[in-house]
Amino acid sequence: MVVDHPSCLGKDTRQLAKAIRLHCLRMTSTGGSSHIGSCLSIADILAVLYGRCLRVEPSQPKHPGRDRFILSKGHAGAAVYATLAECGFMPTAKLATHYQDGSDLSGHVSHKGIPGVELSTGSLGHGLGVAAGMALAAQQSGQPHRVVALLSDGECDEGSNWEAILFAAHHRLDRLLAIVDYNKIQSLDEVDKTIRLEPFTAKWEAFGWEVRRCDGHDHEAMAAAFAPSRERRPVVVIADTIKGKGVSFMEHQVLWHYRTARGEEFSAALLELEAQS
Amino acid sequence: MRDTFIARLLRHALADPSIVLITGDLGFKVFDEFRAKCPGQFLNAGVAEQNMTAIAAGMALEGRIVFTYSIANFSTLRCLEQIRNDACYHGAAVKVVSIGGGFSYGSLGISHHATEDLAIIRSLPDITVFSPGDLWEAAEATSACIATSGTCYLRLDKAAGKPTYREGDLFVPGRMRTVRGGTDVCVVVTGGILEEAQAAADTLATEGISVRILSAHTIRPLDAEAVVEAARSCTAMLTLEEHTLHGGLGGAVAEVLLDNGVMPRRFRRLGLAGTFSSIVGSQVYLRQRYGIDARAVAEAVRSTLAGPTCAV
Repeated sequence: MVVDHPSCLGKDTRQLAKAIRLHCLRMTSTGGSSHIGSCLSIADILAVLYGRCLRVEPSQPKHPGRDRFILSKGHAGAAVYATLAECGFMPTAKLATHYQDGSDLSGHVSHKGIPGVELSTGSLGHGLGVAAGMALAAQQSGQPHRVVALLSDGECDEGSNWEAILFAAHHRLDRLLAIVDYNKIQSLDEVDKTIRLEPFTAKWEAFGWEVRRCDGHDHEAMAAAFAPSRERRPVVVIADTIKGKGVSFMEHQVLWHYRTARGEEFSAALLELEAQS
Repeated sequence: MRDTFIARLLRHALADPSIVLITGDLGFKVFDEFRAKCPGQFLNAGVAEQNMTAIAAGMALEGRIVFTYSIANFSTLRCLEQIRNDACYHGAAVKVVSIGGGFSYGSLGISHHATEDLAIIRSLPDITVFSPGDLWEAAEATSACIATSGTCYLRLDKAAGKPTYREGDLFVPGRMRTVRGGTDVCVVVTGGILEEAQAAADTLATEGISVRILSAHTIRPLDAEAVVEAARSCTAMLTLEEHTLHGGLGGAVAEVLLDNGVMPRRFRRLGLAGTFSSIVGSQVYLRQRYGIDARAVAEAVRSTLAGPTCAV
């Protein structure tokens, strides 16, 4: 049993990514939250997932045959809320409440009262294990749907991920797709200067995963990379991305993991994002 | 209690294929029958408790009732955040089981002394906490974990404890069970150390002191009604736990009493002082050493009865 006619599929993913970026800029600036750089980094990944891959249906958010998506890097929750709103899971007007007093749109993604969010996260290193549990349940009961977990690169410092990576390979969880947003910048500094992940591809391969590497802003490349495994193995897509992608002065800057765009910075960022086709 | 737990769980699992048992690579030989009879419902997650709990949450969110099993603090403290965030916050039917409450594994050292788990786990929102006192309660608590929605914690002693079941006894989650009637003193006790309270009560009976024993097999929610009634009708109230006094059963009982505006006439908490025990030994030895065995309980009852009343 799968979702027959997912209404999100077929969207123009470039336009979707642009809308996600604009929402995220407004949400983080209005609410005064951090992580705009992290949101811009994954806007294209989310656009391709929801526009071309995931079989989800906003009119039936709990459809048993839906694909499951988990944002393990919960601090980029604004980007997921924006995506869900653009896909019809909630009114886009609700996004204006993000991060503010009385809102259920928390800075780190929460499922309570938010249709389409499968798992609340925010503490890193949780999403992949839960996704593996969901994939195992699907495998055991012969359900064809997929489970997708989106991780950050810094998050891969968490040992719990490597427990899950071992587990998923051992159980050949081929319904499981992990995507790593590899923008090479973590909370305080560059990944290479903090806890080196390289040789990153080789690590996942050594753990028994089918590894695909692509440009995390190239929609065609990602759509191909997100295809199911043909080897009865879990798949990881290491997506090379740019933190802050789309706003010139935010790109590659650790500062924008935390800083909120206000005043002239907000106006300048808005102009750049609106100008994109 | 472990064998009782697994036997009861197997009975349920045979009737309900949604029940899954995951072990963190512990329980040598214990699961052989379960594994043979319910092969699709058993999983060894390896020595990886954080992932075990996350896997359990993921499966529970897909409709399974998932028991996670390990010993001492491994199924609780090692993966506390997975219990809190992935299970409790999502209302996931994850049933965390720890075998080896208190000093069950006393000789193995502080890594295996489960002496803070109740305080820590009972502070989590949206969880039901069971701590049975004998084999009958252990079996009933296992069933209660299945019947109770959402996340549960089941703390099991390694030892069997002295049987307390009497014809007609009911195990009602959230309700303390009166194991023994009495009016002079009420001892509220949780876990396998119930047997020490019983032995103390036997001794005190010969001295003309009648002891009511309430088994707090459910720590959260705590049975406020039974505690308040006991404080009003008994001359003294004591709590007994093989667990730290910081936030454990004694603290929970005191909270409930004062929250209900009830001051017991005399009150005393028996438990561990909140220090690590670098000294090892059998459960019997360590109970004696830390003043929570039957003799110490009897002496505490005597001195509390002879001591001053609580000031108002």
